[in-house]
Order: sequence, then structure tokens, then C-alpha cells
Amino acid sequence: MKITEYIKENILYLDGGLGTLLQAEGLAPGELPELWNITHAEKIRKIHRDYYNSGSNLVNTNTFGANILKFSKEELEKIVCSAIANVRAAAEESVATQPKWVALDIGPTGRMLKPYGDFDFEDAVAVFAETVKLGAKYGADVIFIETMNDSYETKAALLAAKENSSLPVFVSNAYGADGKLMTGASPAAMVALLEGMGADAIGVNCSLGPKALGAVVEEYLRYASVPVILKPNAGLPKVVGSKTVYDVMPEEFAVDVCELIGKGVRAAGGCCGTTPEYISALTRASADIKPVETTKKNITCVSSYTHAVVFDEEPVLIGERINPTGKKRFKEALKAHDIDYILKEGIAQEEKGVHILDVNVGLPEIDEVEMIKTAVCELQAITNLPLQIDTSDPKAMEAALRRYNGKAMINSINGKKESMEAVLPLAKKYGGLVVALTLDESGIPASAEGRLEIAKKILAEAEKYGIEKEDIIFDPLALTISADNKAARETLRAVRLIRTELGCHTSLGVSNVSFGLPERDMVNGTFFALALSGGLSAAIMNPYSAEMMKTYRTYRALAGFDDNCAEYIEFASSMPKQVSVAAETRTQTSQKEEFASELQRAVVKGLKEQAAKLTLSMLAENAPLDIVQCEIIPALNTVGVGFENKTVYLPQLLMSAEAAKAAFEVIKANMSGEKSTNKCAFVIATVKGDIHDIGKNIVKLLLENYGFAVTDLGRDVAPEAVAAEAVRLRAPLVGLSALMTTTVPAMEETIVLLRKEAPWCKIVVGGAVLNREYADAIGADKYAADAMETVRYAEEINESLGK
Amino acid sequence: MENTVYTKIYAPPHLNKREILRYAGVRGDAPELEALIDACIAEAEREVACKVCFAYFSVKSDGETLDLGFTKTNSVHLRKNLLGCESIVLFAATVGLGIDRLITRYSKVSPVKALIFQAIGAERIESLCEVFACDVQKECDESGLTVRPRFSPGYGDLPLEIQKEIFAVLDCPRKIGLSLNSSLLMSPTKSVTAIIGITSE
Repeated sequence: MKITEYIKENILYLDGGLGTLLQAEGLAPGELPELWNITHAEKIRKIHRDYYNSGSNLVNTNTFGANILKFSKEELEKIVCSAIANVRAAAEESVATQPKWVALDIGPTGRMLKPYGDFDFEDAVAVFAETVKLGAKYGADVIFIETMNDSYETKAALLAAKENSSLPVFVSNAYGADGKLMTGASPAAMVALLEGMGADAIGVNCSLGPKALGAVVEEYLRYASVPVILKPNAGLPKVVGSKTVYDVMPEEFAVDVCELIGKGVRAAGGCCGTTPEYISALTRASADIKPVETTKKNITCVSSYTHAVVFDEEPVLIGERINPTGKKRFKEALKAHDIDYILKEGIAQEEKGVHILDVNVGLPEIDEVEMIKTAVCELQAITNLPLQIDTSDPKAMEAALRRYNGKAMINSINGKKESMEAVLPLAKKYGGLVVALTLDESGIPASAEGRLEIAKKILAEAEKYGIEKEDIIFDPLALTISADNKAARETLRAVRLIRTELGCHTSLGVSNVSFGLPERDMVNGTFFALALSGGLSAAIMNPYSAEMMKTYRTYRALAGFDDNCAEYIEFASSMPKQVSVAAETRTQTSQKEEFASELQRAVVKGLKEQAAKLTLSMLAENAPLDIVQCEIIPALNTVGVGFENKTVYLPQLLMSAEAAKAAFEVIKANMSGEKSTNKCAFVIATVKGDIHDIGKNIVKLLLENYGFAVTDLGRDVAPEAVAAEAVRLRAPLVGLSALMTTTVPAMEETIVLLRKEAPWCKIVVGGAVLNREYADAIGADKYAADAMETVRYAEEINESLGK
Repeated sequence: MENTVYTKIYAPPHLNKREILRYAGVRGDAPELEALIDACIAEAEREVACKVCFAYFSVKSDGETLDLGFTKTNSVHLRKNLLGCESIVLFAATVGLGIDRLITRYSKVSPVKALIFQAIGAERIESLCEVFACDVQKECDESGLTVRPRFSPGYGDLPLEIQKEIFAVLDCPRKIGLSLNSSLLMSPTKSVTAIIGITSE
């Protein structure tokens, strides 16, 4: 019988801990337990046999750390081969009669994935792939991925298992006492990610005892449509006399696990501190429990690295601003590879309260595959919102879905055969909630019924790929009422029909409805309200639109989703009021005397929003460059001198720099055609191996304020990349930073290469481990102790260029 | 019990605002920063998850090589620090990845906040180490033992390479979600590994 069939009818018993038993057998601290498969095969086999004899159906191989990071390819093959043979032999030797299977055990690599570590996602996939291939080759029945405390690494392992074997895959994560993975994922988020990618059973192991894991397990049971695994520790270790013992004894352990079996757990065993005695107690205690059926939950959701967003009664807002269509500044940013601009757009929308970010970075003149991959990776490092991948290029879609840390929204498919054939396989492989537009080869049907028919066709096609209807969300397409006055009515009817006839959720790009009309915001807000009352689940919208946000907040209060109307009241109190503006102006005037102008005061005091506002109003009567030269630069100098004299501290210097930057942004936006005051090019990077870039970012900000054309290569940058950019721009200045003593050699290497490839450029270095002598020793032109010193040096070099 | 690795989860220690200011580069009064720093502290508090894993080892020295029970080293400075010690506590502590995320996020939109989160993270991990060291001290008091100041890889002549051995023996990734990258940097970055000597002298 197949294990996936068996688990449908029975409780599947797993094994217990291995580490403590190996230590008792003499495994020394720091010694690699995986080698014991070869050197102490009989001891390993006996432990496996004891587990089968105590009632385990599925016993894991001793391969927790068996990967090519720790072993050579030849060693690894020997280890996996003998590990599987050991379990297989134990199963045959065991006198117990229950069905028995062998699981290839896969634990985490111990390396942190980028961007918070230095291990690339694809490298992680490749490492797991090696072990999986060997497991399949030597006849494991199941791949058992366990003790993962990072969602991203879990995804890498599951992807490797799926791509390199056809075996069933069980996935178990290690949760902290806070009910989350170390990197932040909630159980619901993990269920969405793992089920989306087709894991056969999912659950939790390690960390805590069965009682303490209860809440997490119940979350799994609430969301999961596949069998749930539980493999807890025997509590926590404590010292009794001179021995270490775990504080939950076998009988108590069995009772606690049985309680969760009674709630629906279908695969149970133990982790650290548990022994065959625990499994015996468990199998005895649970013998009479009737397994609870695993039911389909039909939940429509997406997830990020932290949480799931469920589509249900409460409306979901999808921010539409990461999209170059009709946005000049956004297009410029894309062409200049200015990722920070995209990230800021994401953060700003998050702060406005959207739940999901749409990501569209398609432009004819850029490599969309690379760009969307970068944008997804960078966005998921700084926002915890789920992403909606918005591209018509299937290659870009795959690149983004592959790297996405969660279950993404896929925007979009439609009823055309070509579209479904290209995207549905990706949705099946990587998981995702597919946005399906109700149009096909013959266009958009005018009637709601016509759109419903296309929706049915799409559902039928999706089913062929094994994609169920809860993973499809329909967009019945909002068309402009200025062209057809029945357009909105039909769209609203389609929303209702799809909801009632198909039981599916809907999403709309609301703002299309008002195209061609004046004061579009008003029309959009009302249309949104009508659609919500007709059962719309989500809207792709502009969160800066006051009317849309008013509709959303009031709808939530009216529909009973806002307890005590608390969110509404907070929203209402944040609406701009005329009175406070007047008050603000008065206080400003009273303090005006100290400063040459209000703008200078705003910059010196680090008041970002005021600086932007004042700049905008000054632009009415002043030339942009005059504002820079006569207002912003003098204010920055005041602060800079204060910093050098130690009357102003670093945070205040930065606040001013940020305010100045806000002013510059306004000026930039109003300076079409005019030549900017840019000084020479300055290439800046944190050297290879180093990921500490706060100092570098500070220097960059100040240099930009002083008008330098800064190219920021980021952190962990290879010497070749720095040299190539310096040559490409023929940059007169290069700045390098390093925080760790271990990365100073990389800095020296970069300098050596720069001297060879770009002998004209001056190199300034900084960072916590450096000092003047050190900088001289590695051949830099200048050591700068802080950001201001870098600015002064850069100004000096810039002036010398003019001479 | 020797060699067993224990894990402790701590509530966030009492916050030292003066230290945060110091780490942020403020050397005097800066009342206008108060509001900003308080807002950052409130945001950071939700993200801090304090964890420590540790194990006890016997320590021996032949006057040149120091046998720490899990590895050997010729570090003169550590030998001096551990002079007269019979055993050590080896520990790894972290305040979690949340602070790293805040720093990364704000480095895109507000470098001043990134700087302050950096400072908060530095203060948090130092305070956590202090609390842990206090616990060790208390336990030793009961047995009439005393402890030495904690000593980390990279101090004096103790090489950073020893991190590899520490991570192997403490099983940091599994116990507290702490990992080591190829240039021996820790992730989460707001983390510390150290040795505390225990002596009956």
C-alpha cells in the first residue's frame, strides 16, 4: 500500500529522537552523526529497529545534516546509501507487523539565505537536490523535510524534492514559543506555501513539548487540507544530578499527543529527547482513537514570509502603484535600475494600509525577467505584505514565483488557450492564487452571463492541471462608463454571478470605470462601494486615492468588520484639517528669526514633510537651482559644520539630510529639461563578504545632497563589479566601506584591481575597523572617519577636476 | 551536566536609552531626538525575540595550548582571561531577525531610523548578554564560585575562525536560529557568542 493512501485511513506513527540516543552510544560533541551510518551501522540499525518494534510506521534515516556543504559528493553518496539500507534492514528485522516505510530525512543546511545571510536561494535548492537524488536512487519511500525554521529554506528544500523525485514529500517546521518560525512565518502562511507547492503532509516538530505546540498544531488543523504531522520534543532539557533529562515523561507525552490526534493530527511521533519508549506509550495510548478525517478547507489565500491574507468577507486591498504605466518618474527609475524607488513605493503603500502589493516592472527596453526577480527579492526583504506578480511574460512570471517567499498572487491569465497553457503549469508547480480575467479569443463579452461562461471554461481548464477553484480569483473587468453607460452595471452583475453561481472570489481594477471622466476619484469611490456590497473580495487600487480609502474604511465599519468603529475613528482623525495648518504656520513664524528662511529652518531641524512643502511653494517664484544654491546647500552646511564641531550628532545630521533629500525630490520632479547641478560621478560599495552597509548608506545620502552623481553598488560587492562600474563611468571617485576585520582583505583586493583597471580614480575608504594607518597600508588615497569628511574630500577632488 | 546544550528564552531586558543614544553617536543632550527614538523603540520592541543557547565545558591549559573542551586554541589573551578557571560556559545569544529587517527596511526610506534601529539592536544584544551573564553569576554564587568577564571571538588574539567550532558544538541554527556565513558573520547580525570562565579562586 502507498503511504499516501494508508494515511487517509490510519494514524501514521513516526519515529522519535536520534541525537540523544547516539550520544548515549558514545557520539562525541561536534562529531558528525551521519558518518555513523557507515562506521557504526549496527548501532544505528538497532535504534531504527527499536522504533519499528515500538510501533513506528515511518522511520527516518540518520541523514539530518547529510548534504554537500558538509560532505564530499562521494562521501554523501555512501552516507545516504548506507543510511537507507540501515533503515530498510531494520524494517525487515523488526518483529512488528504494522506496515513500514523508510523516509529520507532532510534537515536545514545551517546557512541563512539571502538577503539576511549569504546563501543564495538557488544554491540552497542545488544542495537539497543532491541529497534528494541520492534518496530516490537508493530507494527511500518518502522525503521527510524537517526542523526547518526558515520558510524560504523550506521552500528551497520542497522545490528540490519536487524537481528531483516523484516521491511523496512530508514537510515539518520548527516553531518558537511565540508560535512563529524563526524568520517570522505563522502556521497559516506555511500551510499556504507548502500546500500550494504540493506537499503531501505538513506539520511541526522539535522546539517544544506537545502541550506547548498545541496552539500551532490547531492552526495547522484549521487551514490544512492535507494530513498534519506532529513530532514534538519530550519537553525541555533540565539537569537532574549529573544527568540531562527531558521534563515530559513517556506517559504524559502520549496523553498530550493523543489529545491532538483527537483533534485531527494524522502523523505522530517524537523529536529531541523522545525514545522508543515514548513511541510505545503513544501507540498504546492512541490505539482506540478513531482518526479524524482530513477535510478540504477551500480557503482562498496568499501568503508572505510572515502571514497569510485570506479572501473572505472582508475586502482585500491590492496596491497598484508599483507599475510604470503612465508614470514618467517610475519609468526613469526602472531604466536606471533604481530599485530603491520601487521599494519606497512599496513601503508607502503598506503604510497607507494595503494588504497586497501588485508588482509590475515591465518596460520594453529593460530585461523584465531579471528586473522582476530583483524587485521581488528586494521587496520581500523589506515588506511583509504578500506580492501579486503582474507580468504577461511567462518567463518573468516563473522567475518571480520561484524566488517568492510564500504563495503569491498571479496576475494574470484569461480564457485564451495560450494564456492558460503558459501560466497554469507555473501555478501548479510553485503554488499561487491565479487572477483570471473573463475575456478570451473573442474579446470581453458585453453581458455578465458571457463573462460567467468564460469563468466556467477557465475553472474546467484549471482543473485539468490539478488547480482547484479556491486558487482562482476572477476579475470580471471594469470598463469605462464614458464609452458605455451600461458597462459598470454588467461588471457588478458579473461580480455577483461569479460569487453566487460559482462560489468564487473576485477582484477588480476599479479605476478603469471612470476613464475619460473628470474627478475620477469620486466615480471610483462610489463604484467600489457598489462592488463591495455586491460581493467583491478584492480591489486593485490606488491607496493614495482619498475617495477609495474613505469607501474602504466606511464600508468596513458599516459591514460590521470594525469593532467599535475603532479603525474608522482613527482614519477619520487622520483626515487633514484646515485649522491645524493655520496653527502650524503661526508657530513657524514665531521661530523664524533664527534662520534665513523657513526652508532652511526645515532642513536644519530635519522636518521632511515641511521641507518638501516649502520647496514646492518656493518653486512658484524661484528658479529650482537658486533654491538649491541659496537655501538647501547653506542649510546643509550649517548642519555639517555643527557635526564637525560636535554640536550636532549623527542622527540629527541624518534627519537634515533626509529633509534635504525630500526637498531635492520636489525640485527634481519640477526640473524637466533643465540641466542639474550634478558634480562628478562617485561609485560607492560595501566590499565583498560584508553585509553591514548602514555607514555606506549614510555617506551616499550626504553625497547625493551635495550634488554628486552617486552610483550605489550595494553590499557584498565583488572587486570586479566595482572596477567595471568605475571604468564604465570613468568615475573620478570610488568609496569603499568594510565593517569587519575579515573583509578588509576584500577591500585591499578591490583597491589593487581599481589601480590596475581605473588608475585615474581616487579611492576613499571608511568603516569601523579602519583607521588612517590601515587605509594607507592597503593603498587607499583617503581615510574618512565619517560621512562629512567624505563629502569634504569629494568636494576637493571635484574642484580639482575643474581646474 | 557537561556538553548538553541548553536553550533559554528571555523576556526583553530592561531598556537602556542612554546606551542607545551612545550607539547612535549622540554624545550630549539631544532633546529633539527623543520622540523619534521613542517611536523607534516602540516599533522595535515588537520585533525583539531574545534567545540564548549554552553549554558547560571543562577547561585545561598546559601553559601554551588551551583546551576548551570543544576545541583547542593558542590565544594568549583568552588564556589570561581564563587563568585559574576549571570550567567555562560557552554561549550564543541573539535578539532575532526582526531588528535586521527593520534596519534593512528603513535604510531604504529613512537612514536616520536605520541608524537608530542599529543602535537599539546593539543595546538589546548587549543587555541580553548582561542578563545572561548575571544568571551565570547567580548560579555560581550558590556554589561559591566566581565568573570572569565574557570573552568573544575576535577579542584580542582569539581568532574569529573559532566561531565554526562554537556553532558546531552549540548547534546554534537549530537551537536559536542563529547561523554563520562564509565570512564568519552571524545572521541575525544582532547576536553574540562568548565564553565565560568559572573559577573557585
